[in-house]
Amino acid sequence: MKRFLGFVKKEFLHIFRDIRTLIIIFGIPVAQILIFGFAVSNDIKDAGVAVLDLSKDEITRKLTDKITSSGFFKKTEDLVNYSDIDLAFKKGKTKAVFIFEKDFGSRLLKEGKATMNVITDASEPNVATLVTNYSMAIAGDFNRELSRNSLNGIALVQPEVKMFYNPALKSHFMFVPGVITLILILICALMTSVTITREKEFGTMEVLLVSPLKPIQIILGKVTPYFLLSIINVVLILVMSWLVFGLPVKGSIVLLMLESMLYILMSLSLGILISTVSKTMQQAIFISLIGLMLPTILLSGFIYPIENMPVIYQYVSSIIPPKYFITIIKNIMIKGTGILFVWKETLVILGMTILFIFISVKKFKIRLQ
Amino acid sequence: MMEDKVIIVRNLVKKFGSFVANDNLSFDVNRGEIFGFLGANGAGKTTAIRILSGLSRPTSGEVMVAGYDAGKEPEMIKRNIGYMSQKFSLYEDLTVKENIMLYGGIYGMKLAIIKQRTEELLERLNFRDYANRIISDLPLGLRQKLAFSVALLHEPRIVFLDEPTGGVDPITRRQFWEMIYETAAGGITVFVTTHYMDEAEYCDRISIMNDGKIVALDTPENLKQKYKASTVEEVFIKIARPDRIQS
Repeated sequence: MKRFLGFVKKEFLHIFRDIRTLIIIFGIPVAQILIFGFAVSNDIKDAGVAVLDLSKDEITRKLTDKITSSGFFKKTEDLVNYSDIDLAFKKGKTKAVFIFEKDFGSRLLKEGKATMNVITDASEPNVATLVTNYSMAIAGDFNRELSRNSLNGIALVQPEVKMFYNPALKSHFMFVPGVITLILILICALMTSVTITREKEFGTMEVLLVSPLKPIQIILGKVTPYFLLSIINVVLILVMSWLVFGLPVKGSIVLLMLESMLYILMSLSLGILISTVSKTMQQAIFISLIGLMLPTILLSGFIYPIENMPVIYQYVSSIIPPKYFITIIKNIMIKGTGILFVWKETLVILGMTILFIFISVKKFKIRLQ
Repeated sequence: MMEDKVIIVRNLVKKFGSFVANDNLSFDVNRGEIFGFLGANGAGKTTAIRILSGLSRPTSGEVMVAGYDAGKEPEMIKRNIGYMSQKFSLYEDLTVKENIMLYGGIYGMKLAIIKQRTEELLERLNFRDYANRIISDLPLGLRQKLAFSVALLHEPRIVFLDEPTGGVDPITRRQFWEMIYETAAGGITVFVTTHYMDEAEYCDRISIMNDGKIVALDTPENLKQKYKASTVEEVFIKIARPDRIQS
């Protein structure tokens, strides 16, 4: 045990002496959370809108106020003619134009309906879709208020859509679990495979092997620091996403930490496996980045929904471990579900861990012969 | 006299599939001897050293190292040998002291003993000023001396040196050999592989391997007489590289 602890201490020294390693372990998670949280956001905030009000009555003013005070939109200018629309878009700040038809207010009161046109700048399709959805929602809301207040009590059938678990459709809810998934597999698999191949490349592995340390002690000694640092990382990411984005953990934190530890173990054993097949650090880095990072970002359901992928990619997706962890972590963090809802995914990750360890041990033995 | 033989090898065979890497090796190495282990690349040297150091098991034959059976008790062998390779086997990002502490710890030595030997070692090598410097700041020659001393920290009965002087200048090599002599004089057996033939001359006895077999084993003097050569290098070429003589 004392031998082992001395060895673990040495591994910590390697990590804390190397600024690059520290940046990868702690800098990247913080940067990723901030980048994904702020820069890569699917939400709209203060999107520029112009208003062409041909009616100019009390109701259109109210509706305009409602739109611009929603926080999603900010008025850029008032237009006078239809011919101004094109120019407003070309100036670039305006993402949508709201047009109220002539006699909007009086029509609405007399006939019970009036037309508001929403024209969007579809040169940015995502923004256009979002703007449309948000303005529809605002208009619907306005409708309900109006029918509630109107004396004649016209009962309009209004769909009331409720977004469960993430009512504001905030994209952090999607990114934070994704970032945790990505960071853990990256740090654990990449760093372990690099640190083990480094010993091979520098010739220190031979010295360790001829020492009384058992191979299992060497491997455990190499991965223990990364296991501990990764747990700290999970806590760091959770605290940060709570402080910065107000994202709470709805389910059990204990369960979340246990699942994270299992996933860290899986990633570490994957790292060990990578180190048994790569001869140099470059090889290990290459396999980890291309083989793990890209599939995790593209195929795990982190950014693109798996249901929308072609069938062949769905099959590929089901063999990459991050897919299962994302499901688990989303369930626990956002829906607040317990182990009963994620036990299948948990078993899959457990099975993968055992498989990777089994293959690594076999490969290691062959190399020792 | 058996207790004076720290390595006893009888009919050692190591096969990988149908490939015979070590073909019926038999030799002894005495206590305090400097034993040179020569052979061209691929002659089977590395395989033999791996078996002697407990890393790999013989297919058949008897191998006793420091009194333990390499087939059955490799863990006991590992405790009683030291090892140093061409790459010097120190961690470049750790300090001199940290490296010493690490190796002491790995070999399960008590902290007080590690500290005491560290002091002795720093004193003997005149390394006191370097104690808290990281290895990558040290010149190659010093690193090599330190690596050798670290390999001896746990007082092994045998130390294996795998091409310890590769890429080192002649003066440092000579100093290194002085350390080897001192070590052997202290009763520790030095088992060394090298491809510098002038170094082979410094050994008490040398063995030359070719195609998995030991083709010559004697003192450098006797070998030179037997093969009518003036240097070990000539002996080596005559035995291991007969092709070179014709060309």
